Amino acid sequence: MADRPVGLREPGPPPALEVEHLVKVFPGPRSAGGFLAVDDVSFCVPQGRSLAVVGESGSGKTTLARMIVGLERPSAGRIAVAGSARSWRRVSSAERKRRAREVQIVFQDPYSSLDPRQSVRRCIEEALVLHFDLDRAGRTARVEELLEQVRLDRRHADSLPKRLSGGQRQRVAIARALACAPKVVICDEAVASLDVSIQAQVLNLMSDIRNETGVSYLFISHDLAVVRQVSDDIVVMRRGRIVEAGPADRVLDAPEHPYTRRLLAAIPRPGWRPAPSQEEVGTSS
Amino acid sequence: MAILHLEHLAIDLQTAGRLRRVVHDVTFRLAEGEAVGLVGESGAGKSLTSRAVIRLLPDGARVHGAILMEGRSITDMSRESLRSYRLSEVAMIFQDPRAHVNPVRRVGDFLTEALVERGEDRKKALEIVTGLLATVGIEDAERRMRQYPHELSGGLLQRVMIAAALSISPKLLLADEPTTALDVTTQSDVMVHLDAQRRGRGLAMVFVTHDLELAIAVCDRIAVLYAGHLVEDSPAAHLHEKALHPYTRGLLASRPSPTLRRERLAAIPGRPLSGLEVQEGCVFCSRCAHAQERCQKERPVLRELGDARVACHRAEELLEGGRSGGADGAEFEVRVGDRG
Ligand SMILES: Nc1ncnc2c1ncn2[C@@H]1O[C@H](COP(=O)(O)OP(=O)(O)OP(=O)(O)O)[C@@H](O)[C@H]1O
Ligand SMILES: Nc1ncnc2c1ncn2[C@@H]1O[C@H](COP(=O)(O)OP(=O)(O)O)[C@@H](O)[C@H]1O
Ligand code: SF4
Ligand SMILES: [Mg+2]
Ligand SMILES: [Mg+2]
Repeated sequence: MADRPVGLREPGPPPALEVEHLVKVFPGPRSAGGFLAVDDVSFCVPQGRSLAVVGESGSGKTTLARMIVGLERPSAGRIAVAGSARSWRRVSSAERKRRAREVQIVFQDPYSSLDPRQSVRRCIEEALVLHFDLDRAGRTARVEELLEQVRLDRRHADSLPKRLSGGQRQRVAIARALACAPKVVICDEAVASLDVSIQAQVLNLMSDIRNETGVSYLFISHDLAVVRQVSDDIVVMRRGRIVEAGPADRVLDAPEHPYTRRLLAAIPRPGWRPAPSQEEVGTSS
Repeated sequence: MAILHLEHLAIDLQTAGRLRRVVHDVTFRLAEGEAVGLVGESGAGKSLTSRAVIRLLPDGARVHGAILMEGRSITDMSRESLRSYRLSEVAMIFQDPRAHVNPVRRVGDFLTEALVERGEDRKKALEIVTGLLATVGIEDAERRMRQYPHELSGGLLQRVMIAAALSISPKLLLADEPTTALDVTTQSDVMVHLDAQRRGRGLAMVFVTHDLELAIAVCDRIAVLYAGHLVEDSPAAHLHEKALHPYTRGLLASRPSPTLRRERLAAIPGRPLSGLEVQEGCVFCSRCAHAQERCQKERPVLRELGDARVACHRAEELLEGGRSGGADGAEFEVRVGDRG
């Protein structure tokens, strides 16, 4: 892997997120050794930067994200947020809350990730109450600020999620994530199910938010065109392992690994024709 | 004669106890062996339009206008003619193959089903589908036919569906987002067979997708749907240089490119409307950067312009002046953000 190694730490302030030799083995078959979903993954996301994890279905992207937010316990490896390592030992509830605040996640499905009984305002307020000691006026002001940040109209603030469009719901999910003033926002296929015109709006919004707040993104996607638009660095995963990593332009303009080349070659674009992706014998079931 | 002819197709659906129009006006002709891509965002009416062609609409749906297959009206067909139409002339492939196969029947039985129903000898049918599996790149046909659907990956199962569709030697193939649920490399693997078989057999195709680039790659013409209206029908080869409708240009410009990072994406403001939401005037009016007073009052009719058809009052004007500002979508830049 050429260029600045995405897997290594740089001198200077601690990165927003650092992951070292992360492993996840799910119990169960593969001749009883268990299923290796994430296999020795290392990378770091400097503050204010955006790193994309790309790969096909089943490559381990979501498992990786779930470990980073603490929904899944790693089998081995180290995760550090803003320089402090996560531990899976018992910690105080204040400490747990602080950690939860630092890393927020936005999921693919804007329909199922919001509480259907909660108005937009309540949904964002709830995150504020949980994490900050604000009075009523302070909360209201912060909600307004967040709505503005995700360019949601005030009149949507009192709507229930079912009255919002997919793109609007995804904005609410982003506002809720930002409410915690996180160091890192993980987006797991956060724009994958949006219509193309709405996807463009949300992608623009996400880059504005990064400029305004300095938040870091871990952007999980199978879509290399989307990834080019939003990320500084790219990690390509295949069957749990990193096969290539580097600055986005380098990886996409001069991919080194055959798998990255295949992913790129398969994207329809002007002049493109469908061609066999040279799937290796034995990979299909 | 056109193999398929839709003339002012409109579809009403039963929603909340009353009939409401969701597809308003779709007119196109498909020549023998020709492929048209039906593109547009969700709710535009792509699926309903394609399903109307094989008469697979929700209960209580009402169809207006004409759907003609080689001159015969689909809407007026008797049960018996409909059955034979579906067994010998038209086949459909769906986005989610698993929802369209019986999970407890073997792949082989599923594949031979239509042929056997048509009266083919079982052994002959098996022979035919074995050959077809090879043509869609499935080598070990014998083994695959003994397997159950859940034992196949999504890409393989979709290729089985293509083989099943081809088994009846149809004249027309309807494909509704057949690769949307697949990984991009698997999509390419599936499309290469679909495309080769279609061209090789001279099949006509209605290819439904939200992926304009994919449609351009495998279709002869692109029909763009918005809010239940066909707003443009252009040769696929010219679309990048000469998209006529502001919505088509917006779609092309808002999709990020794998080869070039843009400072900003040219997002179309607002959100896509469904046919249930249309108001007076041009259906795209609320999102169009070129809308004028006339656009708000008068619905543009679909009219011919060169080798294409478009429903926009200002198409010529925009084509003249907008060559530079149009295709790159710069015109949308100032109106980013959905505040509606
Ligand atoms: N709880 C679990 N138990 C066993 N195996 C699991 C579990 N969760 C995930 N896996 C397996 O681990 C692998 C990686 O899954 P993961 O959800 O991380 O993939 P992904 O890269 O996010 O894929 P997609 O693009 O489809 O979302 C898959 O093969 C999956 O089947
Ligand atoms: N069974 C149904 N009942 C009620 N409304 C429906 C039904 N199927 C589709 N619709 C509505 O019809 C419109 C067009 O649907 P569809 O053809 O599926 O759009 P597309 O395939 O372009 O996304 C949408 O507004 C959709 O919500
Ligand atoms: S008719 Fe008017 S509003 Fe409609 S697309 Fe053309 S310019 Fe835009
Ligand atoms: Mg996933
Ligand atoms: Mg559809």
